[in-house]
Amino acid sequence: MGNEAPIAEDAAPVADFAALRESEKFRTLKRRHRSFVFPVVIACLLWYVAYVLLAAYAHDFMSTRVFGSVNIGLLLGLAQIATTFIVTTWYVSYANKHLDPIATEIRDSVEIPEALTDKAGR
Amino acid sequence: MLYMEAASSAPGNPILNIGIFLGFVAITMIIVFRASKNNNTAADYYAAGRSFTGPQNGAAIAGDYLSAASFLGIVGAIAIQGYDGFLYSIGFLVAWLVALLLVAELLRNTGKFTMADVLSFRLKQRPVRIAAATTTLVVCFFYLLAQMAGAGGLVSLLLGIDDKLGQSIVITVVGGLMILYVLIGGMKGTTWVQIIKAVLLISGAAVMTVWVLALHGFNLSALLDHAVATANNPAILDPGLKYGVSDASRLDFLSLGLALVLGTAALPHVLMRFYTVPTAKEARRSVVWAIWLIGIFYIFTLVLGYGAAALIGAEAIAAAPGGANSAAPLLAFELGGPLLLGLISAVAFATILAVVAGLTITAAASFAHDIYASVIKKGKARPEDEVKVARRTVVVIGIVAIVGGIGANGQNIAFLVALAFAVAASANLPTILYSLFWKRFTTRGAVWSMYGGLISAIVLIAFSPVVSGSPTSMIPGANFALFPLSNPGLVSIPLAFFLGWIVTVLDKGVESPEKQAEMEVRSLTGIGAEKATKH
Repeated sequence: MGNEAPIAEDAAPVADFAALRESEKFRTLKRRHRSFVFPVVIACLLWYVAYVLLAAYAHDFMSTRVFGSVNIGLLLGLAQIATTFIVTTWYVSYANKHLDPIATEIRDSVEIPEALTDKAGR
Repeated sequence: MLYMEAASSAPGNPILNIGIFLGFVAITMIIVFRASKNNNTAADYYAAGRSFTGPQNGAAIAGDYLSAASFLGIVGAIAIQGYDGFLYSIGFLVAWLVALLLVAELLRNTGKFTMADVLSFRLKQRPVRIAAATTTLVVCFFYLLAQMAGAGGLVSLLLGIDDKLGQSIVITVVGGLMILYVLIGGMKGTTWVQIIKAVLLISGAAVMTVWVLALHGFNLSALLDHAVATANNPAILDPGLKYGVSDASRLDFLSLGLALVLGTAALPHVLMRFYTVPTAKEARRSVVWAIWLIGIFYIFTLVLGYGAAALIGAEAIAAAPGGANSAAPLLAFELGGPLLLGLISAVAFATILAVVAGLTITAAASFAHDIYASVIKKGKARPEDEVKVARRTVVVIGIVAIVGGIGANGQNIAFLVALAFAVAASANLPTILYSLFWKRFTTRGAVWSMYGGLISAIVLIAFSPVVSGSPTSMIPGANFALFPLSNPGLVSIPLAFFLGWIVTVLDKGVESPEKQAEMEVRSLTGIGAEKATKH
C-alpha cells in the first residue's frame, strides 16, 4: 500500500539518502551521536531511579544529617539537579565539537546548490 | 499574627489582585495583537514562522512547563509533606535530559508542526497519524482539565470567591481570554505570553527566595531548623511522610517517578515548541535554556516550600482556602503584604492562562494538521483552509476546557497532571524512540504501542484508588479499585514498550527502506529541514 496519503511535499527528495546513509561521514556522525547519547541517557536514568529507590526504601540512610539539619536526602536531591546541569553542558560542548561540524559538512554537500539561490534562509 | 487573618478569609486585597491581573492581561493583549500581524500561513500560525531564538524559546518552554501545578503545587507539597514534595521537582527536571539527548533536535529536523509528523514520517500515514492525534488530544485534554480546575481553586483563595457559581464564572473568563489569545496570536502570541509569564514567575520566585533566605541569615540549615520548629516534626526533612506509609505507596511513588521522568519528552505541547525555532541547533539551545531556568526555579521552590513551612506552618496552610495550593500566596503575603501577594497571584493566573493557551494551540494544530489536512483531505487541503479549521478547533477546545474545568473544579490537580504525564510516557514515548532509533520498527508496532499504552493507562486509572474506594476518590461511594496504585506508569509504560517491540518482531511486513534512510539521515544532519519563514 505504501504511503497512501502523501503529505504535500513542498520539496522533492533532495538527495540519495540511501547512499548518504552508507557514506563514511554519515556513519561517523551516527556512531558519535549514539555512542554519546545512549550511555549518557541510560546512566542518568539509572542514577535517577537509584535516587527514587533510596527515597522510597532507605529512609534512615536518607535522613542521616550531614551538617546542621541538612541530610543526605537533600544533598542527593541537589546532586540530581547538579548532574542535570553538568550533563546538559557536557552534551552541548560535545555536540559543538564532534557533531555539528560533520553534520554541517554533510548538509552542505547536498544543499549548496539550493543555498546559492536561497542565501537569506540560512 | 497576620496569617491567622489570612487563613480565615482570602488574604490581601481582591481589588488589588484583580487590578494587577488585568494589567498583565492588557500588556500581553497588546503584544499578542502586534505579534499577530503575520499570521497567514500554517507555519506562522502553528510554529510562529520558526522565528524564535533558542533563549526565547527556552523561556517559553519554561513558561509552558512551570504550570500552576508545579509552582503552587510543589511549594505547597514541600510546606506540608516536606521532603516528599521535593521529589516531584527532581523528576520534572531530570526528564529534560531525555528530551535534550534523544528527542529535541531529531524531532526538529524531521517534523513540521506536530508530533505525528515525526511518527508517521516513514510509516503508513493514516493509521499512525490518527493514533498520534488521538493520544495528543487525550494528553492535552487531561492537562487542560488540570489547569482549568486549578483556576477555580486559585480564585477561591485569591479573590475570596467561595461559591461554585462565582468560580465557574471566573473559569469561563479565563477560558474566554485564552481563546482570544490563541485565536488572534497563534503560536507567536502564545509564545510571547509564555515568555512574559516565565520572566515574571521566575523573578517573583527569586525575590521571595532571597527574602526567605535573608530572614534566616542565608543559612539553609537555619531555615530547615525553623521549619522543623514550626511544624514540631523533624520528619519533614526526611523522605517518607507521604509515600513511605505502606508498600503500595512506595510502589506508587516509583510509578509516579517513572511517569514524570519519561513523560516530559513525550508531551505534545512541549514537542511542538521545538518547531518554533529555525534550526536543530536552536532547538538544542532552547532545551539548554529551559533546563537552566526550570532547574533554578525548582531550587527556589525548595526554599519557598520550607520557608512557608517555617513562617506560616503546615496547619495554617492546610486550613486556608485552597489548602496546600495556598502556601506560596500566603508566604508572599507574610513577606511583602498585599502588594507582593497581588503580584504573585497575578503571576499564578498568568501561569494558568499561558499553559492553557499552549495546550489549546497544540490540540488545535493536531486536529487541523493531522486529522483534517492529512487524513480527511489526504494531504490536499489548502493551507488557508487548514488554518481556518485550526482556528475553529481552538474555539471548540476552549469551550470544552471551560465546561470540563467547571466539572473538574475541586478535583486533585496534581493527580490530573500526573495522569497526563503517564499517558504521554505510555502512549507516545515508545513510538517516538522506536521510530527515531530502530530501523525495523513497523506501522503495526507503532499502532499497537500507542493504543496499548493509551488504553492500559486509562483503564488502570479507572480501576485505581483515585477513582473509587477511598474517601478522597472521585466517586467515594463506590469501590471498584482493583489496581492498587494511583499512577499507572509502572505497568503501562513497560507494556507499551513491550507491545511496540513484540508486534514489530512478529510483523512480517517491512516499511519503505527509502523513507527509513531519509529519516535517519535527515534527523541527524538537518538536510531538508523546515526553514524559518521570511517576512
